[in-house]
Amino acid sequence: MSTPTQEKAAQEPGAPQQPSVVRRVLTGIGVQNSSLIITLIALVVLLSVLNDNFLRTNNLLLIGSAITIMGLLALVQTLVIILGALDISVGSMAGLASVVSAMVFTSSGNAEVGILAAVGVGILCGLVNGMIIIFGRVNPVVATLAMLATYKGIAQVISDGKSQGYTGGDDLFIFLAKGAILGLPSLVWVFLIVAAALHFLLKYTDIGRNVYAIGGNDTAARLAGININRYIIGVYALVGVVAAIAGILITARTGSGQPVSGSEGLELQAVTGAALGGTMLKGGRGSIISTVLAVIILGVLDNGMSGLGINPFWQNVAHGALLVIAVVLQQLRSGERRVGLPE
Amino acid sequence: MSSSPPPLAVEGIGKRFSGVTALDDVSLEFRSGEVLALMGENGAGKSTLLRVLSGDQGPDDGRLLLDGAEVTFDTPRAAMAAGVRVIYQEPEIIPHVSVAENVFVGELPAKARVFNRRTLLKATQDALAEYGFEGVLNPATLGVALSAAQRQIVEILRVLTAATPPRVIAFDEPTSSLSEHEVEALFRLIGRLRDSGVAVVYVSHRMKEIFQLADRVAVLRDGKLVGVQQVAETDEPGLVRMMIGRDLSALERRTTQDTGDVVLKLDDVTTDDVTGISLQVRAGEVVCLAGLVGAGRSELARAIVGDLPIRSGTVELDGNRLRAHNPGDAVKAGIGFAPEERKTDALLMQRSVRDNISISVLDRLRRFRVVKRAKERALVEEYVRELRVRTPSMEQEVRKLSGGNQQKAVLARWLARRPKLLILDEPTRGVDVGAKAEIYRIVDGLAAEGIALLVISSDLPEVLTLADRILVMRAGRLAGEISRDDATEEAVLTLAIPETEPAVEEQQEIGA
Repeated sequence: MSTPTQEKAAQEPGAPQQPSVVRRVLTGIGVQNSSLIITLIALVVLLSVLNDNFLRTNNLLLIGSAITIMGLLALVQTLVIILGALDISVGSMAGLASVVSAMVFTSSGNAEVGILAAVGVGILCGLVNGMIIIFGRVNPVVATLAMLATYKGIAQVISDGKSQGYTGGDDLFIFLAKGAILGLPSLVWVFLIVAAALHFLLKYTDIGRNVYAIGGNDTAARLAGININRYIIGVYALVGVVAAIAGILITARTGSGQPVSGSEGLELQAVTGAALGGTMLKGGRGSIISTVLAVIILGVLDNGMSGLGINPFWQNVAHGALLVIAVVLQQLRSGERRVGLPE
Repeated sequence: MSSSPPPLAVEGIGKRFSGVTALDDVSLEFRSGEVLALMGENGAGKSTLLRVLSGDQGPDDGRLLLDGAEVTFDTPRAAMAAGVRVIYQEPEIIPHVSVAENVFVGELPAKARVFNRRTLLKATQDALAEYGFEGVLNPATLGVALSAAQRQIVEILRVLTAATPPRVIAFDEPTSSLSEHEVEALFRLIGRLRDSGVAVVYVSHRMKEIFQLADRVAVLRDGKLVGVQQVAETDEPGLVRMMIGRDLSALERRTTQDTGDVVLKLDDVTTDDVTGISLQVRAGEVVCLAGLVGAGRSELARAIVGDLPIRSGTVELDGNRLRAHNPGDAVKAGIGFAPEERKTDALLMQRSVRDNISISVLDRLRRFRVVKRAKERALVEEYVRELRVRTPSMEQEVRKLSGGNQQKAVLARWLARRPKLLILDEPTRGVDVGAKAEIYRIVDGLAAEGIALLVISSDLPEVLTLADRILVMRAGRLAGEISRDDATEEAVLTLAIPETEPAVEEQQEIGA
């Protein structure tokens, strides 16, 4: 740990990289991100040629706001998938949190209390997911599938299936829905802050490194001394928190608590975002930056299609096609043999 | 006989993987009624050659000759149809179906597509009896319950019962997971195969086996064939020289160190797999746990580190009662554990050497949960150099390293943690001679530093080389202790194998 050792350590890996700057940049970005960026640029160029309004600032900010809620869920989905699991109850948790935030706000008259209550419910839902998986030994897909129905049902029961409260008159909710800091909408800020926090968590902390380790080989992680149960429950609780934030934003945007209408189907869009970003469903691989890029691509695609007046039903077709093409290209590059079910 | 072409031959075979030459101009005949040993360090190209033979990978250059006529095996199925089979070290076993179905997979005896379970079980039982593995396997056992050795036997039976009788069989280090008994049965079987005219290819690191079994030996180094010799005309140092291209100083028995205080103390420990185990390991002492596969050694190790529950009895570390509920507790208390199955239980194959080494010490390298990267790199660098892990950089994915270097990465992980007690389960399984000697030196050095070592090994010469004391386990119990001075292979085996009962019954017990 003397100074010469450190210098050596820093020099050796740096030396062979020196020849080409382009190469170093490309390696830094990675093949996955490079192809996402190229796709995004191609899409933006195409759409700005087809539609003069596309590149206007207002339209770009609109894209940012539109992707936030789905994007938040895609970010945490990425985290769970890297851990080697899946959480398809995220949409239902967001719906439940939306209803709770509006109802608690209405009864307490205080937006902060409503928001805290929603986050609390999110944590609780996440903990329940984690506990069922660990202590009930239920496969994550099955467990969260069951909870998808359960949380949705609870949201419907407590709201009687109707939208709840009116938050459109509260300053904090209005700020969340329509406010802006430094020209960027609050919604975009929330998305960027959560993305930055998760990126930092995964890339720079021991927690993130252990999440990758567990997703890569849980037996090895366990025998190396990582308490994997704690990580699984913790990650699911974190998913609950972020899903609750998404739910609060649904409330803010629509002006009332939405048990189902604002959140149904978001879970699959979240998985789409993560998978399009190259997150490996078997765990151990993926990155927040790739998912952010994928989410932006999906948002640009939706916006561009509606700007061109294309029937919105085609958006689903476009999402599906994009995902299949992306994953097929990825797999072709990996050179896996075409035998049996893919890894 | 000599005029007819060999059943299989390769000519000028070359194979490259993304720029790295795995095989270079290899020409070799596989003759009927002969056992050809294939030797070489890990990464020398043995596995690649086997994959070419089995049709798993096509060669980039050269050709395959079947009975003198050129063939190409596009798929493993094509090779099977020609009677060329390779038995890999880690065979694919279908977890939730029986041994019988695993053996006859793809060729289930059936009438009008309805298969008869009783016929199947009978056929499997007959096959087990015919090939000398009776009692080792129960045809109705599910794949998931099989030990590494039993999986290997299932794979061997698949080959022998195949519709196309095998003409060339290659065994890839078959004995690394087998116990002595099973090895004997396998050797008898190989002898029979040879006598019936099959061309046998035998890959192994164990010199003794080569001289016992093989007629000819071919040595690969860095993808090239460096020599083919009649076994009768060569000797061990000669082969080692061919394999590593230099003389290897004989593995010296390590010098006994002065041992210190008791580090690990088990008192009457009973788990689901072992009964009434009491033992001690002192600081600076290497204690080897010997015994047959299935004697409960790995299970005992897992219980000590808290991965399997202890039903009764106590574990003490440095005089304090250790209650490890999971391996994390044991790591915190100062125990490192390198499990037997390196690839599946120890390594993050898709991640870098750095990630694999620092995983055990991240909690010491962080501030406010942020990993200090410079410190991490320096630490990893230090151990990569100290253990001579051969890797182009610490960012290299671990799966691209050879077996010996992978094992060194696992050792580095635990050395970085500086444990009081290190438990190594089969530390040199599947590791080449050169790396083996290095690992022995590392173990020796650790003992000299005052670390207590508990080493599980089925490799008797290894046990005799490393151990200060040998504890022998048999069917879940400690069968006895042998001091270093009294240690011989016979002494260990006598304790490991029960004398009073016939061997077959013992194996049944293990297999159940």
